[in-house]
Amino acid sequence: MKCRDCVEFLMEYLDGTLAESERRVFEAHLGECPPCGHYLDSYRETVRLGRTLCEADERVPPEMPEELVSAILAARSAR
Amino acid sequence: MAPEDKPATEDSQLLAQLRAGDEHAYEELVRRHGPRLLAVARRFLPVEEDARDAVQDAFVSAFRSIDRFEGQSLLSTWLHRIVVNASLMRLRTRRRKPEQSIEELLPGYLEDGHLERPASPWRMDDLDPAERNELRALVLERVHSLPDGHRNVILLRDIEGLDTEETAQLLGISPGAVKTRLHRARQALRGLLEPYLREANPE
Repeated sequence: MKCRDCVEFLMEYLDGTLAESERRVFEAHLGECPPCGHYLDSYRETVRLGRTLCEADERVPPEMPEELVSAILAARSAR
Repeated sequence: MAPEDKPATEDSQLLAQLRAGDEHAYEELVRRHGPRLLAVARRFLPVEEDARDAVQDAFVSAFRSIDRFEGQSLLSTWLHRIVVNASLMRLRTRRRKPEQSIEELLPGYLEDGHLERPASPWRMDDLDPAERNELRALVLERVHSLPDGHRNVILLRDIEGLDTEETAQLLGISPGAVKTRLHRARQALRGLLEPYLREANPE
């Protein structure tokens, strides 16, 4: 397996949807190619960072501006 | 990720009041769920006015269809889908800057199939809380610098946590196209974040 194929299969590997035989070849390549290992780690980190955006907002939801509440209720009465 | 709900019983009470046409229930719905919906809209729409418009669109559409809410999902999950949809609609009407080609952000390969520029480790463990906050802002900004189609798929799948099917439906593309585009979008985003996160002196 070449790095090109390794990167191509990365998402399926992380999703756990690679066939057993493909997974073995993939992991063998990772074992002998540190750059692909770093690529995998940083790809996984990129996905994780996306998810943390939601989590941060969930921890501290924004203030709901009073004028927005009024505008929404007015829009309801107007229809 | 679908937002966790307030106790579901509170929402089912509220729902009953809404269906009975209780005026106060509408305000309660807006106050209870508005902040979370605003947070979602802001992730899609960097301009505050657009985000607020999307939240308003979402509530108006929710009020209109509250009778059709069957209660098979949580009220918060249902509202989340509505505001995501409203935000996408607003996003489509925004004038876009000229797009950077995504190809430049994908890894290049040598003739023998090896990475042209070997990836190096990222420094994730030594980030302090302030840096992590900055990083979240940076991630969102970089997501918005991607071409529309790639930005949307990252927003829906990785940030809002919708599944492939839902994403395909909302974007009007096939599930296979969602997967291909998501993989490329993640690689491009990875490329955009790398200059900030690469270890200065990897071992």
